[in-house]
Order: sequence, then C-alpha cells, then structure tokens
Amino acid sequence: MFDNAQKCRRSTFQKPFDLPLERVDNIMPADFNWAIGGEAGDGIDSTGKIFARALSRAGRHVFTSKDFASRIRGGYTAYKIRTSVDRVQSVVDRLDVLIALTPRTIDENRSELHDGSVIIYDGERTTMQNATIPDDVIGLDVPLKRLAEEAGGAIMRNVVALGAACAVADFPIENLDSALQKRFGSKGQKLVDNNKEAARAGRDYVQETYDHDFAYDLDTTDEDYVLINGDEAIGMGAIAAGCRFYAGYPITPATNVMEYLTGRIENYGGHVVQAEDELSAINMALGGARAGARAMTATSGPGIDLMTETFGLVATSETPLVICNVMRSGPSTGMPTKQEQGDINQMLYGGHGEIPRFVLAPTTIDDCFWKTVEAFNLAEKYQIPVYLTADLSMAVTEQTFAPDAFDMDDVEIDRGKVVDEESIDEWQNEKGQFKPHALTDDGVSPRALPGTTEGAHMTTGLEHDELGRRTEDTEMRVEQVDKRNRKVETAQEQEDWSPREFGDPESDTLVISWGSNEGAMVEAIDLLEEEAISIRFISVPYIFPRPDLSEEITSADDVLVVECNNTGQFADLLEHDALARVQRINKYNGVRYKADELAEEIKAALAASQEATQ
Amino acid sequence: MSSDVRFTDFKSDKQPTWCPGCGDFGTMNGMMKALANTGNDPDNTFVVAGIGCSGKIGTYMHSYALHGVHGRALPVGTGVKLANPNLEVMVAGGDGDGYSIGVGHFIHAVRRNVDMSYVVMDNRIYGLTKGQASPTSREDFETSTTPEGPKQPPVNPLALALSAGATFIAQSFSSDAMRHAEIVQEAIEHDGFGFVNVFSPCVTFNDVDTYDYFRDSLVDVEDTDHDRTDYDAAKDLILDMDKEYQGVLYQNEDAASYEQAHGLTENMAEIPDGAPDDATDLVREFY
Ligand SMILES: Cc1ncc(C[n+]2csc(CCOP(=O)(O)OP(=O)(O)O)c2C)c(N)n1
Ligand code: SF4
Ligand SMILES: [Mg+2]
Repeated sequence: MFDNAQKCRRSTFQKPFDLPLERVDNIMPADFNWAIGGEAGDGIDSTGKIFARALSRAGRHVFTSKDFASRIRGGYTAYKIRTSVDRVQSVVDRLDVLIALTPRTIDENRSELHDGSVIIYDGERTTMQNATIPDDVIGLDVPLKRLAEEAGGAIMRNVVALGAACAVADFPIENLDSALQKRFGSKGQKLVDNNKEAARAGRDYVQETYDHDFAYDLDTTDEDYVLINGDEAIGMGAIAAGCRFYAGYPITPATNVMEYLTGRIENYGGHVVQAEDELSAINMALGGARAGARAMTATSGPGIDLMTETFGLVATSETPLVICNVMRSGPSTGMPTKQEQGDINQMLYGGHGEIPRFVLAPTTIDDCFWKTVEAFNLAEKYQIPVYLTADLSMAVTEQTFAPDAFDMDDVEIDRGKVVDEESIDEWQNEKGQFKPHALTDDGVSPRALPGTTEGAHMTTGLEHDELGRRTEDTEMRVEQVDKRNRKVETAQEQEDWSPREFGDPESDTLVISWGSNEGAMVEAIDLLEEEAISIRFISVPYIFPRPDLSEEITSADDVLVVECNNTGQFADLLEHDALARVQRINKYNGVRYKADELAEEIKAALAASQEATQ
Repeated sequence: MSSDVRFTDFKSDKQPTWCPGCGDFGTMNGMMKALANTGNDPDNTFVVAGIGCSGKIGTYMHSYALHGVHGRALPVGTGVKLANPNLEVMVAGGDGDGYSIGVGHFIHAVRRNVDMSYVVMDNRIYGLTKGQASPTSREDFETSTTPEGPKQPPVNPLALALSAGATFIAQSFSSDAMRHAEIVQEAIEHDGFGFVNVFSPCVTFNDVDTYDYFRDSLVDVEDTDHDRTDYDAAKDLILDMDKEYQGVLYQNEDAASYEQAHGLTENMAEIPDGAPDDATDLVREFY
C-alpha cells in the first residue's frame, strides 16, 4: 500500500518523529495558521470555507485570506485561515498546517513554514510524486483519494484531508460535522454522512499511522460567531437599508455582492438584474432610483470607468444612488484577483466637469455593513451619488464576528426630503409646477416620487432650472452649481465623518490608513508595543468628505500613511489638507498587508526618519 | 383622474425648438394621444428620452421624465419600470441613440421584454450634431462625414428586433397622425416590449428620406392580408428591403413579460422605517 508513497519518501520524506517535541512547543503561538492549496478546480475555496465554518462554530475566531494565481504562472489557489480564541484581524507570514494538493502549493508557501509545521499530502497522487517536503517540516502522507473512495467517492478527498487536519490540531471532529451539514445538507443526508465518514477516515488514518503528539491544540469556546466576507456584508447591509433594486454586471471581486443579493433580495420585495454591461447597469440603477427605490450597483475599476459618464448624470439630476466599487489591481485589466487601493483619484475626480459626490471606505467587514446602510441614507438625504468602496482583500475573505455586530435594530432609515400629496404645494411654483431642483438654503431640494399627484417633473443631465428644464442662463447656472455644492457643505457640517482611533493617543508617531488596512495595523500596534514602540493610529473610513486631520498631522513627529497603492493617493489628500508632508508606506504587489510585515515596515520607516534627523 | 385626461395634459408649457416642419412634432403628438387614450396621466407616466433632437421630447412633454446620456435611455426605462411596475414607462430617442451608441442595450431590452414602449424617431441622420450619417442612413447618402456616402449597408432595426426575440415590432410615419397614434397605442397596450420605429423626417439635414418619399413608398400592412402573429410572414416583410412598411408587423401575445416572468408587481419605493422585520434571519445564515 505504500508503494507510491514510498517513491515520494525516498527523496524527500522526513519522519515527523525525528523532531524533538520541545522545539515545536516553543514556537507554538497563541493562534493557529492553516491552509489548503491546489489548483483552481480542486475545490479549495469550498473546503477552506468548511474548515473556517467548523472553527467558527466551535467558538473560535477566524480570519481567512485567499491566494489566487500568483508568483508563478498557472492555476495555483489557496485558502488560508488564521484562528484563535481571541479576535484575529490579519493574516501573518506563518503556516502551521498546510494541506498541499500540488507540489507547487509547497513551493508557494515555503517561506511561511517553520520547524514543526505539518504538511498533509497524498503521496499516491501522481502529481505529488515529485514533491519535496522541506527538511524541517513534518510531512504526513495520507492516501486522501483512496480513503475518500472507500467512504463513497474520490470527490471527498479534501474532506479526508480536513479530518487529517483535525487529528493534527487536536480539534474535535464533531465541529466539522456541523459545517459539513451546512455545506451539504441541502443535497441530502446521505452525502452529509459520507462526508462525515470521509473526515473520520482522515482523522483515524493520522492517529493510527502517526503515533505522535503534534502539539497543536485548538480549544473551543461557547461563543457564537458569524462568518462573513465583505461582499456579503455589503449585500446584507443593502437589504437591511431597504435597497430593493440592484443592477450589475459580473466582475471580480464585486460579483459576490450580486450573487449574495440574488435569491435573497426577492424575499424582501426586491430584484436583481444582470445588465448587458456596466453602462446599462448604472443606468438601470439610476432608473430604479428615479422611480423611488433605494437602488445600487456594484462593480470594480473597469466597470467604474464605463459608468463614469452616467455618474455625472446621477449627480446633476440629483438622483440618490449607491455605487459600490470593490477595488482590484489596475490599471486596465491589471491583476483582477489581486489586492489594490488604487481608485481614490478615480472616485474623487472621475468624470468631466465638477461632480459633487461622497466616497465612503469601510475599514472592516462589519463596517462594510454599517457603511452600506449609511451610504443609502446619505444618498437619499443629499440626493447625490455615493461611492461605497471596499477592496478585494476585504471583499472575498471571511472573518468571524459576534452576531450583534450586525444588530438589525440599530439600522436607521432616513429617506430625506420626500414630499407627498399634502406637502407638495410648498414646492410648486405659481403655475403649480413641481420644482425638483428648488434652490434651498441647505442645497437639498424636495423629491416627488413618480406616482405622486401633481408631482410630474422632468430632470436632465443638461444644466437646468428649478423645474429641471434645460437652461443656459448664466445666473441660474451659477445658482444650480452652488446649490449642488451646498449639499456637500451641509453634509460636512451635519454628518459625522469621524475616523476610528487606536493605539496610544499621546504617541508622537502617527500612522494613518484607510480602508481594509485597519485590521493588520491594529495587530501591528500590539507587535510594536512588545518592542516598546508606541503608535497612535487613525483609520479613516471617509475619503470625501473626510475628517480634518491637520492638527493630528502637524503635531506628530512622524506621520506614516499606509495604503495599498504605488503613489500614495490618500497621502496626497492628507498633505493637501494639512499643508504638511507625510511619509508613505505603500504596497502594490497585489497582496494585502500582514500584521507582522506592517510592523516591520513601520519600524524601518521610523528608523529611516530618525537617521535623517540625526 | 385618468378618464378625463386629454392628450394636451401631456404637453409641457415649453415651446419646442425643433425646426419648423420637423417630423418630431407629429411623432410627439401621437405619443401624447396614445398615452391619454390608454388611460394614463402625467403623474403615473415616466418618459425617458435619449440625446438628440428627438431627445428634447422629454422637455416638451409633461410627465415624470429623465433626459439622460446619449444611448442609455432603455436601461433607465428598464430600471424605472422594474422598480415600480405600476408606472407607464415610455422610452424615446433617435436612430443614432438607439441603433448606434445604444444598440447593445436595444438588443438586450428586446430580449428582456420589459413591459414598456420604445419609440425611435428615425430620421436616418444625426440631427442634433448637424447632419452626419446615422446607422440607418442609406449606403450612398452624402453627409459631412461621409462625402461619398457611408458605403456600408444601413442597419435594419426591425430585423435586429426580430432576431433578438421581439414580441412587438411596428413601424409608423409621423405625418400619418391617426395611424401613428394608433400604432404607438398598441405598443403601450402590448404586455411586453412595444417597439415602434417611427419615420420622423429631418427637414434640415436629410433631403432623401423626406415626407414625399415616405408618403409615396409606405405600404400599410393593414391594407394587406398580413397576419401579425405569423412569424415567417413578419420575417418576409421585415427582410424585404425594397419596401417600407407601416403598421404592426409582428406581435407575440403569448410571451411573458420580464415582470411576469419574475413576479414583479410591487412598488419598490415602499420600504420599512428600519431593517425589515425578519432581517436577523440574514445574519443567522452566517452561523
Ligand atoms: C457620449 C456622447 N457622444 C456624442 C454626443 C453627441 N451627440 C449628441 S446627439 C448625437 C446624435 C444624435 O442622433 P440621433 O440619435 O439620430 O438623434 P436626432 O438628433 O437625429 O434626433 C450625438 C452624436 C453625445 N451627446 N454624447
Ligand atoms: S435638425 Fe432635423 S431632426 Fe433636428 S429639429 Fe431640425 S428637422 Fe428636426
Ligand atoms: Mg436621427
């Protein structure tokens, strides 16, 4: 039975039993890092999700990340999980257990493996024959396919591997059962049972074949967590906020928003349309919004490019619309499955002419939910297009939260100045015509939704008068431009645009970031603290309008602005606001920041700045 | 209030700036009559206008209306109708708007079969930009950008619609006021996407596709034994490049509209004051 495995071992296999146990214990951190990697089509994602769910249901916190195609060409993909009983908000450069379905998975993750890391692989798999298990790593050869076949089908190979991982991590297999039930329950009990059996076969095989204590021990707790990604949080936020009309065109990494809404929004009286392109998607959404529905579209950079002409129309016609931009690496098609925060300028300045707009950038997955709700309220209160931007790393990775992070009772809806049959007279001219663009002190005009008696009116992308009709009158032009900008001023005064603060408020070192870098940075603060470096960290969820950080910036000795782009688009804005220079920490290789890496970057930047001042 | 609505209720107090004699006057009159005759009133009607001389119709009519960007009127109309199926939605624009920059949307709007009407004011020229070739311009039609003619065949919008699965295909002529209004009315009454290509002559920039030309060459299918429900017969007429037809060339009354197929009946503007009652179920799903 070991024929194939033997071949693999001859050149590479290191017996796990050779490793002194103490060594493993010494490097055992509080958290546990796990991954499964293989080729696209190997079911990596769904297997990873099953394990993440099992951990979450066992009351452990989970933070996941996904590697799509990467450094080397080809279809490599991996799903990584960091888990702890404490909250985890970042990935780190470390792997404790790796399920490798291909040799390349081992190569890709070599640098994250350490003394005592475990690789689970199927030595009988032809492609694994020439895999090299690194010397310091424990290789567990488990006949995944054969055991799966015995349990009812080769397709359950990955579940056998999960069972094996449970054995290694001393994680009760029953936790896996409930995740398997959730994943396969709709396909019949038989399939669930087969999968449970496959998982046990993997566990038993490891326990029987490798009589070894692996020193990983995944505690469980009684906590209930939900496991959710950013796209799902945005979709859920949209439904909670009363969004009922969604039009979109598929694009990574925004498609999940559309897929989430499809099949759910209908239960609340809504609908999702798959448009023929993004030009259509935003125009449909605009139509839905003009009809009075809370409407949204979601896309990524290339789609935003196509939507730009209509974006100006949305603003000029004063239509409330939420446009979600889940950023990915650009320009052009760029690296479609890679992380980047490169679209600030696009969202702030895209479009000809001067277009008032808001740009919201949630910093965590739960914040994605709340900012979505806020985006709909802002859109309707100010009758303005609102960009809601997340990025790939936050959108497609799962994280655990206590369910009350999404407390539906806290969702507030503000529809702004909608008039009805009674109040409409106040907003009519002497001829009884409704004024959709009435000049007001706060810049906000009344809204009459179609169907409202005596509310019939037009609006247009042409400059218009209060009635919405084209005008080139020089005075009216200025009045309408001013009025639209006045809405922004009103919002700046009346709404809360505060950032989120972490670390030591007294520290002379100020780190500022926006969007999804928050989690890694919060953990980096702890790491730096261990080295007696104190940090004040401001995480900004609002790009425009945004908090004025001039005072914070000018009073700090060192200001470091962290973002996932090359030029430092947010740093530019802060410099402009504060009339002061900041230092930039930029990453644009397509991978999100990791906590340990970010801590090193900050240390290096501080050292460099110290050197410069000496 | 619908019973006492007159077609002039759909007229705004803005005086059209179309050239005297422009076909768009007649096209618009017919649209207003058709809307009034079908029991609509300005407060339940939404007109979406394209960009072009034709697109100015949004300003000259009185209803809820949006005059959007060039070529994207159909998606806007789709969004309005799906978000509130109780509204009467009419989309109107030019041949350039619908068959050039917006042709992608045209094909897909036809396929989708949303219950709205689409009136194309086809003057076979770009009027607003002062006389360039349009997708329906003749092969040898000389314009400022095509001094020897486009040298490519014009699109056949009716054939495009048929091949995309249209359920209602009609053609009318703006100066045959009665028939034009009747045909648009039928498009409104059709349970699905009612498409009418209207010959709406540009007296300023097109001296070929003139009133005289259409008057002389148009054949009304009502004067023939054409059966509009006969797909093959409709196809033959539509592909007959030697004649111009007026009337409803094709209608399929059996096909479900998009709203019927998706069970859309409610006005989506109506939402609760907070999260929906059972919204916590959404959170529970992620356990
Ligand atoms: C994106 C964009 N490109 C070009 C134009 C300029 N433009 C306005 S109307 C028009 C053509 C109009 O032709 P048609 O749709 O046939 O309308 P008509 O004026 O003939 O009624 C063009 C090219 C524009 N407004 N927007
Ligand atoms: S240019 Fe042609 S289409 Fe435009 S208004 Fe004049 S006649 Fe009509
Ligand atoms: Mg034209």
